[in-house]
Amino acid sequence: MNDTIHATAAELAARIASGAQSAEEITRLHLDRIAAVDEQVNAFLAVDAERALAQARAVDVKRASGAPLAPLAGVPVAVKDLFCYQGLPTTAASRMLESWVPPYNSTVVDRLLASDLVILGKTNLDEFAMGSSTETSAFGPTRNPWDLGRIPGGSGGGSAAALAAFEAPLAIGTDTGGSIRQPASVTGTVGVKPTYGGVSRYGVIAMASSLDQPGPCARTVLDAALLHQVMAGHDPADSTSIAAPVPDVVSAARKADVKGLRIGVVRELGGEGYAPGVEARFAAAVELLASLGAEIVEVSCPHFVHAFAAYYLIMPAEVSSNLARYDGMRYGLRVGDDGLASTEQVMRASRAAGFGDEVKRRIIIGSYALSAGYYDAYYGSAQKVRTLIRTDFEAAFRQCDVLVSPATPTTAFRFGERLTDPLAMYKSDLCTIPANLAGNAAASVPIGLADEDGLPVGLQIMAPVLADDRCYLVGAAVEAGLTEQWGGPLLDRVPALKEKAR
Amino acid sequence: MNGLDELLDYDEVMATHDVVIGLEVHVELDTKSKMWCGCSTDFGAAPNSHTCPVCLGLPGSLPVVNRTAVESAIRIGLSLGCQIAEWCRFARKNYFYPDMTKNYQISQYDEPLCFDGEVVIVVDGQPQVIPIERVHMEEDAGKTSHVGGAGRIQGADYSLLDYNRAGVPLMEIVTKPVLGTGTKAPEVAREYMAFLRELMRALGVSQARMERGNMRCDANVSLMPKGSDELGTRTETKNINSLKSVEAALRYEICRQGAVLKRGGRVVQETRMWHEEGYTTAGRSKETAEDYRYFPEPDLVPVAPSREWVAQLRATLPEPPAERRIRLQAEWGFTDLEMRDVNGNEGAIDLIEQTVSAGAAAASARKWWLTELARRANEAGIGLDEVGISPAQVAALQSLVDDGTLTDNLARQVIDGVLAGEGEPADVVAARGLAVVSDEGALAQAVDAAIAANPAIAQKVRDGKVQAAGALIGAVMKAMKGRADAARVRELVLEKLS
Repeated sequence: MNDTIHATAAELAARIASGAQSAEEITRLHLDRIAAVDEQVNAFLAVDAERALAQARAVDVKRASGAPLAPLAGVPVAVKDLFCYQGLPTTAASRMLESWVPPYNSTVVDRLLASDLVILGKTNLDEFAMGSSTETSAFGPTRNPWDLGRIPGGSGGGSAAALAAFEAPLAIGTDTGGSIRQPASVTGTVGVKPTYGGVSRYGVIAMASSLDQPGPCARTVLDAALLHQVMAGHDPADSTSIAAPVPDVVSAARKADVKGLRIGVVRELGGEGYAPGVEARFAAAVELLASLGAEIVEVSCPHFVHAFAAYYLIMPAEVSSNLARYDGMRYGLRVGDDGLASTEQVMRASRAAGFGDEVKRRIIIGSYALSAGYYDAYYGSAQKVRTLIRTDFEAAFRQCDVLVSPATPTTAFRFGERLTDPLAMYKSDLCTIPANLAGNAAASVPIGLADEDGLPVGLQIMAPVLADDRCYLVGAAVEAGLTEQWGGPLLDRVPALKEKAR
Repeated sequence: MNGLDELLDYDEVMATHDVVIGLEVHVELDTKSKMWCGCSTDFGAAPNSHTCPVCLGLPGSLPVVNRTAVESAIRIGLSLGCQIAEWCRFARKNYFYPDMTKNYQISQYDEPLCFDGEVVIVVDGQPQVIPIERVHMEEDAGKTSHVGGAGRIQGADYSLLDYNRAGVPLMEIVTKPVLGTGTKAPEVAREYMAFLRELMRALGVSQARMERGNMRCDANVSLMPKGSDELGTRTETKNINSLKSVEAALRYEICRQGAVLKRGGRVVQETRMWHEEGYTTAGRSKETAEDYRYFPEPDLVPVAPSREWVAQLRATLPEPPAERRIRLQAEWGFTDLEMRDVNGNEGAIDLIEQTVSAGAAAASARKWWLTELARRANEAGIGLDEVGISPAQVAALQSLVDDGTLTDNLARQVIDGVLAGEGEPADVVAARGLAVVSDEGALAQAVDAAIAANPAIAQKVRDGKVQAAGALIGAVMKAMKGRADAARVRELVLEKLS
């Protein structure tokens, strides 16, 4: 079992293709692992065992018939519970959608199925993807396999923890302000936010439309690239989807060579508020890149300091509108319909009962920011800042090929530590927000453990729009160099979870 | 409710005040599919049968702009003399109402697709300039039916929602304040609506049927003392669903506001509802208007029509309806009176034109459509184009009359047959045996028989009372079941009795 659940997706795909191991067995072993450890981790909101096994068997039959297999055919994947998948509830980790079963598939799910990946189930997240810890999930938080007393990051903590707990070799996330990269960073896994418009948003429950971007989560850079290749590409059903070829991320991940590459260290993303262990690991990673032949330059992105403020106006403004449809009228939770209450009363009661505090906080902030008389001062100014951040990136990318920074200022914090202090919680996304505002590609790869707490630290790599391949190129080089230094993958050092007897 | 408002005599208001009107017209486009998805826009289907995740606003669904709708909007804008934006965005208009599946309407706000236009219409022979503020694109909402409680939301037992209409492309055409209408503001409004209706049909973008809600009008009106240039407080009247109502509602509001001002009161800025019984009532006050929290729609990319595309669309514009009417009147040789009849019958001009191009003489085409067929349409309460006979069939019918196969009376029976689905006019003639009997022997026999059966009448005719022949002709026609040429029968009767 250990050999299988610790294997990379690339290796599992190779085993399936060669007939060394059946897809069904691989799926069964992952389902067994989920059954054995997920009570402690709570990475999954739903496990779809029967259908997953049927999908796996279909791959085995296909292989037996001699038909060609897609690169990741038969490899299990976990999907964040924000993606519509027929036959399973899609809850967004909210009471509001607790029993809502979508009548259609998201484009990403369709593409996974078309490439014969096996969908294990749906992973936990902060409610409607709002949070950095999964603590706002209506169905309980996910626990970080590195320390079950700590958060796995958010919003995509379920997907990241599923990887770190060896419950799935691949997972799907969405990244609005860091929801793929920050969980990757604090769980020692790899997460990539593709260029905005690179992966279709169709069928993904929206948080903030102009920022949301689905992306791959994995334990290795190559696995993330293989999954990226399956997910990405133009989708006519998403008007903001880019009609351009998918950057060759798989070749870049295999090349893993940074010789002659100009790598910019962003001056504004470090210093005060950053944990010493995070800064130390980051400095070591930059040193490694230099030793591998990269040219390191320091760049300044002066407007990044305003990114946080702009983000917390634009995001809630879009949230306030995107979440208006949850009113108890057509689907989802309906409260207070006693036959006497008015439509407005039922809407109010349903929304009051269905949404958690963080969701309500953002709806209120967003509604305020869009109100007549405040629009220019808040939403309008924030959009101007957004343009300035884009300009900062453009200027920086004239000096270098990629930018690097810590993925998040600290390692995984303890449950409850920031729940009552929204501002402290929001600061988890300080480094990741600029790339969402500008729309360019960014990734987080593990670069070791912080000295002070022994918890994972991630390196953020930011590349220009549609140059997602550069994230993989640099990420893979860092991964190869460090794995050699460590004598094996970082996740070999994650404490073993106690397996429940079966 | 009626009769609560004090009204001032219209002429009295006109003596002291100028009227300013402004019209916001919504036109539903009859594109095949909806504004953001592939669902059909067909009217009258089973409730919620034309819906999908997109127009139901299900979690995760996203809109994609219907290119044909944008094309129609640009053609409307060009026809109204508007500029076409080089770049514009959609915006979300946020408000909670169960007929809006997303609880926001995708519309346009400060960046309309078409703006700054002008059209000139003719009212009682006088040209009237209508300045156009904007034409923008948006989506229609679903339909709510309240069950119980007399169909009103208050007191209803429950409400039913049909989202077939949700997401149907809607154009909003907004005028600037229309000045200089003299005493004719209500007539101007009505003529403008008639003009838009004709334009939409000529463009082929909408049926523009007000009674079906394809075209809806919100009418703004305010009064200002003569000589003043300061606009008065306006009211906006909604729920206007016919040309007649546009005129009546404005006339009512003018008289009501006139009375308010005369007694020294203040016109309240508000929305008023028009009632078909002939009055308006106060709706919600504009002073506590909702804040729609507009912002650019992030799920859609900007619309940036290239100048080449706009030029191509300009080349597809039809002849302006007013010019077309003048041209056709000359071609057809109709008098002004005859043409007024044509113009007064919805769709008649198109049907007559098509009948003429199918080979009929203009006068004959006019005769059929404006008498026999108009009568049948009226009786059935349907449009002239819905009677069930095509212009080609009318032309075929007329050619049977022209070649003597049919009399007008027989032709009416042929129409019955065509409407009953018995096929083309020639098929009906054959199947029903309706052709005129031109066998002189058979006719002569029938005439002889009629004379023999009515000796007293025959004697009167012989005595010179020619008008008495009518009864004999009637008897012959009856015997021939109408299948004879009455003029020929008359000739034969007089010949025999001379």
